Amino acid sequence: MPAFAPGAHVRVRDDWPETRGRVHIRTPHYVRGMRGTVVRCFGAFPNPEDLAFARPATRRPLYHVAFDQPAVWQEGKAGDELLVEIYEHWLEPA
Amino acid sequence: MNILEADGEKLLAAVRELLTAKGLVSNVEIRDRIAVTDAANPGQGARMVAKAWADPVYRTLMLADGTKAAEELGIPMRGAPPLGVLENTAEVHNLVVCTLCSCYPRAVLGYPPFWYKSAAYRARAVRDPRGLLAEWGTMLPDGVKIRVVDSTADYRWMVLPRRPAGTEAWREDQLAAIVREGDMIGVTIPSLPAR
Repeated sequence: MPAFAPGAHVRVRDDWPETRGRVHIRTPHYVRGMRGTVVRCFGAFPNPEDLAFARPATRRPLYHVAFDQPAVWQEGKAGDELLVEIYEHWLEPA
Repeated sequence: MNILEADGEKLLAAVRELLTAKGLVSNVEIRDRIAVTDAANPGQGARMVAKAWADPVYRTLMLADGTKAAEELGIPMRGAPPLGVLENTAEVHNLVVCTLCSCYPRAVLGYPPFWYKSAAYRARAVRDPRGLLAEWGTMLPDGVKIRVVDSTADYRWMVLPRRPAGTEAWREDQLAAIVREGDMIGVTIPSLPAR
């Protein structure tokens, strides 16, 4: 069961596993620590962080999360948004 | 030896031999897959767009399930990541990028254009999408917001552009002929050929 429903306010974990060793991360730097809104859940997909190293991969719910584009970059036009696919283990309630 | 420094051709040959020796895939499967990949081109996506413009039922299917909509037109999708379709409207314009690498809906658009993989496009699409569109000469009407879709994971995304005014009486093949690769990425919007 996905933990977040469409419309849920979430924050992307402000975590930087790449500073602790070799990793494969599909969560872009620019959204780490940012607040967004869940748009939809796509269902669960094998965690690419494990797939990349040929480890057994748990299936993780994957979401489309919308972010306010000017808030992320401190520039841009009000109303523009970013829509990013993010796995559940990178999200926390906000 | 570091795998990143290996000769690409030799590495490919070695991996192919290993895959076939282990019975994971056959040479025929590899050949067929290369043929499918090479045959994909933006004309396939353009046919989908034209049909969606002409047929509301197909448009609904395409927005709900891009993979099924592609298969309905005979486009091979087996083994391809799920395809999502983003509809441009009077309120929102979609722009697709892959900031992490070069994820692209190859099954329906073919190989990505060279600039799609460039660091400049990937960085600027998310940070300065309006400046980027201006450089492409793409003028959006006032009040249209931009939605930048960063293709970071399991889906691949294509844009369903808006149908240009003046094409109301056109046939599907005429409509498909004006839909370009950039229109389905979102850097451009379809326009009528100059008379």
